[in-house]
Order: sequence, then C-alpha cells, then structure tokens
Amino acid sequence: MKPVLKRIFELILILLILSFFTFLLMYLAPGDAAEKRLSSQGVAITKEVLDAERERLGLLKPFFVRYGEWLFGVCRGDFGMSFKDDMPVAGKLWSGLSNTLILAGASMFLSILISLPLAIVSAFKKDKAVDHVIKLFSFIGNSLPNFLISVLFMYLFCIKINAFPIIATGSLQGLLLPTLSLAIPISGRFIRQMRQEFLLQMSEDYVIGMKNRGMKKRYIVKNVLYNSSGHILNIIALQIGTLMGGSVVIETIFRWPGIGELVMDSITARDYPVIMGFVLIMGVIYVLINQLVDVAMKRLDPRIASAGRNGLGSDDFLTSDKKGGAHE
Amino acid sequence: MNKEKLKLKIIYVATIAAMIVVLTLFAGFFAPNDPYATSAEGIRMAPSFSYPFGTDNLGRCVFSRVLYGGRTTIGMTFLLVAIAFVIGTFVGMICGYFGGWLDRFLMRIADVTLAFPQMVIAIAVAGILGGGLWGVLLALGITMWVSFARLARSHTYSLKSQPYISAAILSGKSDFYILTKHILPNILAPLLTNALTQIGVTMIGISGLSFLGIGVQAPMAEWGQMIAEARAYIQIAPWAVLFPALAIAITIIVFNYLGDLIMDYREL
Repeated sequence: MKPVLKRIFELILILLILSFFTFLLMYLAPGDAAEKRLSSQGVAITKEVLDAERERLGLLKPFFVRYGEWLFGVCRGDFGMSFKDDMPVAGKLWSGLSNTLILAGASMFLSILISLPLAIVSAFKKDKAVDHVIKLFSFIGNSLPNFLISVLFMYLFCIKINAFPIIATGSLQGLLLPTLSLAIPISGRFIRQMRQEFLLQMSEDYVIGMKNRGMKKRYIVKNVLYNSSGHILNIIALQIGTLMGGSVVIETIFRWPGIGELVMDSITARDYPVIMGFVLIMGVIYVLINQLVDVAMKRLDPRIASAGRNGLGSDDFLTSDKKGGAHE
Repeated sequence: MNKEKLKLKIIYVATIAAMIVVLTLFAGFFAPNDPYATSAEGIRMAPSFSYPFGTDNLGRCVFSRVLYGGRTTIGMTFLLVAIAFVIGTFVGMICGYFGGWLDRFLMRIADVTLAFPQMVIAIAVAGILGGGLWGVLLALGITMWVSFARLARSHTYSLKSQPYISAAILSGKSDFYILTKHILPNILAPLLTNALTQIGVTMIGISGLSFLGIGVQAPMAEWGQMIAEARAYIQIAPWAVLFPALAIAITIIVFNYLGDLIMDYREL
C-alpha cells in the first residue's frame, strides 16, 4: 500500500509544481493584462478605467491569493475568462482538446501501425538489404522537422496534384495530411528505438536457444514481442511530448481547430488565461500518461520494477540514466 | 563494420559538416547579394545566374538569405548546445562528485524538468516572451541541460571509485583540481557525443519556433522563418520555400548522421 501512497503523493506534488510555474510564467509575462484587455476591446484607456479594470480582474491582490484563487477555480473546471471576448476559457479549451485528441490519436495509431512491423522486419533481417532500406527511411524521417513535411505535402498534394483540401475542415480526407505529417518523424524515431530493443532481446539466451531448437520464426517473434512490450510502451510514451508540441505546429499549418491552433491564436492576442489553461492541461495529460506507463511497465516486466524508469518515481538515478529520456 | 572504415566515413561526413558551418559562418563572403536588399522590379524571380535560388516576395536573393539564415540557425544551435553542455556538465559533475543533499536537490529539479512536455513549455515560454533570440534560447534551454547533467553525473559517479581518484584525494589534491584534471577529461567523450546528437533536435526546435512566428523575428533571416514567410506564395515562387527546406533537411541529416557514426564508433 505504501508505494501507491507515495506515488500519489508525488503525483500531486508534481502537478502543484506545474500549476505554480504556469501561474508564475503568466505573472512575470511582460505587459499589463488590464491594459491589453481594454485596448483589445477598443475602450479608451484612462487612469480611472484602468484601475477599475484591474480591480475587477483581481490584479491588485497579492500573488499567492491570486494563485490560490486561480488554482481553486481550475480544480473546479473554471479556467477564467478569455481576455479577448470574455467567454469562459474552459469551453474553448475542451472543444479544442477533443479535436487535438482525434489528430494526436490518429497520428499515434498510424505511427505504431507503420513502425512496429518495419522494426520487426528490420531487426530480424539485420544487415540485409531490407534492413538497410528501412534504416535509411527511418533515419531521414527522424531528421525532418514536421513543419517541413507538412509544407512539402501541401505543395505536392494540394497545389500540384490537387488531391486534398488545403484547409483541414474536420473531414476524414482533411485529417490524412496532418496525421501523416505528425506520424512520419515519430515513426522514424519509433523504428530506430524499437529495432534497437528487439536486437537487444534477440541477443538473449532464450532467443538463441529457440533458434537452435529450430523453432518457427513466428514463435520467436511472438516471444520477443512479448518480452519487449514494456520497453516498447516506454518508447511510445517518450514521444507523447513530441506529439503535443508537433500538433501545435501542424494544427496551425492546416488550420485544424484543435488546442494547438487555439494557443497560437491566443499567443498572438496575448490571451493569457487560454495559454495558462493549455500549458496546464497538456502538462497534466503528459504527467498522467507517464505515470500510467510507469506502472504498466512494471506490471509487464517485473525485472524493471526495482530499476525505475526515467523521470519521476525513480529513486536510483544511475539506472534510469541509461534509458535516456531526453537523449533521443 | 571495421573500425578503420568507420573512421574514414566519420572524416568524410565531418568534412561535409565543417563545410556547411564554414559556408554559413562566412555568409558575408560567400553570399552574392545583400540578403536584406529589397527590389521592387525583381520580385519572385525564378533561379538565374545572378540569383541562384531565385528571389522572394520582396525581391531579396534567396541564396544569400539561405546562407545568412544558416548562420542564424546553426549559430544559435551551437550556442544553445554549448550553454546546455557547460551548465549540465558543471551541475552533473558537482552532483556526482560530492553527492549528498545538493545532489538529491539538483537531481530532483532535473527529474521535475523532465516530467513536463518540453516542446509545450518551449512554445509557452517563447510565445509569452514574444520571440527574439533570447526568448528562444531560454525556452529551449530550460530543459536541455538535463541530459548533460544526468550523463555527467553518472559518469563522474562511476569514476569516483577508481583507484587513481582515490590516490589523488590521498595525495591532498583539491577537489577543484581533481574535477578539472582527472574527471572532466575522462567524461568528455560521452558528453561530446551527446552534444552532437542534440544538435539535430535543437535545430528542429529553433526553426520550429521561428516557423510558428515566436522564434527569430523578421527581417532577420532564419530557415524556419523563411519557410513560414514564403509558404503564402508557394504556388508562384516554390523556390523560396524549397531551397531553405532543402538546406535545413540536409544540415540536420548531416549532423544526425555524424552523431550516429560517432556513437557506432564508440561502441566498437
């Protein structure tokens, strides 16, 4: 029971740190929120109006009171009012988030669909021609920024061939190019890392034993897959952050109405409550997924249980170092 | 693959990488035209002899802008990796060598930093700071030092139990002397390899932020920013997008390949 409690305590602590830094960031942000808000609404700014607005927005209260009020609101699902149009931020964020989840989910699914079979083929045909071709493609995919891929896609498919709509309007056809643009760099990374993992498994005694006993290939694949499932899960989880950052870029390019496009519009408009909500929601999702993967990994491979993964919950920093979170 | 062959390959790729760096670093020498000079009659001209990559929407020479843009992108990448390298190595060595509460405290900070999505934080920080050089460096640098710190820490920690370190301690050398003379040279190789692999990622980050309009600001040339700008008229002047795109792709591929080769070499 104790490790569970410890984990929950750590989770709460890290979410508190996240919320604090999010708030601090906005607190330190240049510019006066009240002035921005008034000028964006086209109100003539006088000293009295400005002071009244500051009072109304609660900007005159001390830092920790404001942080507490904000945090309390967020816990109840109230992210404040947008500076731009006085609409509740929460509604905007949730509708954007659902669109982003569609895009991100589709990209992740496609990436796994592409990379898992290719990584298996590549690992089992090591140093054969197929392996070299797959390695080359995954290397190039890994090296291309996603904005580059999407701009080139747009040029090729929307302008040269005219096969797809330029603006993704939520249709299935419009979803394809943004999904591909996100999936290609991630697949490149997946193939490289999964191949590495499979090769590591294949050098273990049990695989060599199976080979010597003349077992069928597909049984060997099955066993290797089963035994590396924990690490594969980790490899996938490490790319969630890339997916989040990438979706901001891709949504802006294809005008996909997700949370990423919303936050870029808000950055231009200096709409701080929306940006705060974005950072907080993405951070919470990221932290939760990582914790879940951490737990799942230990279930799948009890050998790791004592070693710990990167990030939170690892007591032994030395062992977690090898798995290199920020490395690849 | 045998070691000699790999070594030769590394030398070839390193030469190409060095050529890219020199070409962009001395952009002022190689560029045929002024990258900021606009001309009303020469807008969106196709590639020609005097404008090898054509001209953009304002009649600026795309080739010169690619060279100058490379100086911004590559220069900032090197600067950022160097800063992260120095800070991370310093923190990691201190943690690994001294241990204790300072080690636990700093490594906890590193853990917390890794617990958040890097690019999301970078976008928020750069967006709020309103772009510019320092905004980008800060936005990406917040999380970058961690990988260096962890690596330096684990290597320092395992070196510490070596007999020659104990000998140095017993002979009364100062901690500073041991850290700089004995430990640093021995942990440099893995750290430099890490720095090399970080170059590609950092370049993608910097140009990505600039592409979004929250990185390097116009009129300063930067590859991501150039692509974002020319994207609007890609139908009329595709060369204004394709050449910076090619430049960024080639540069990242070369540096990533070099990183891979050196990692292979070190494993042999």
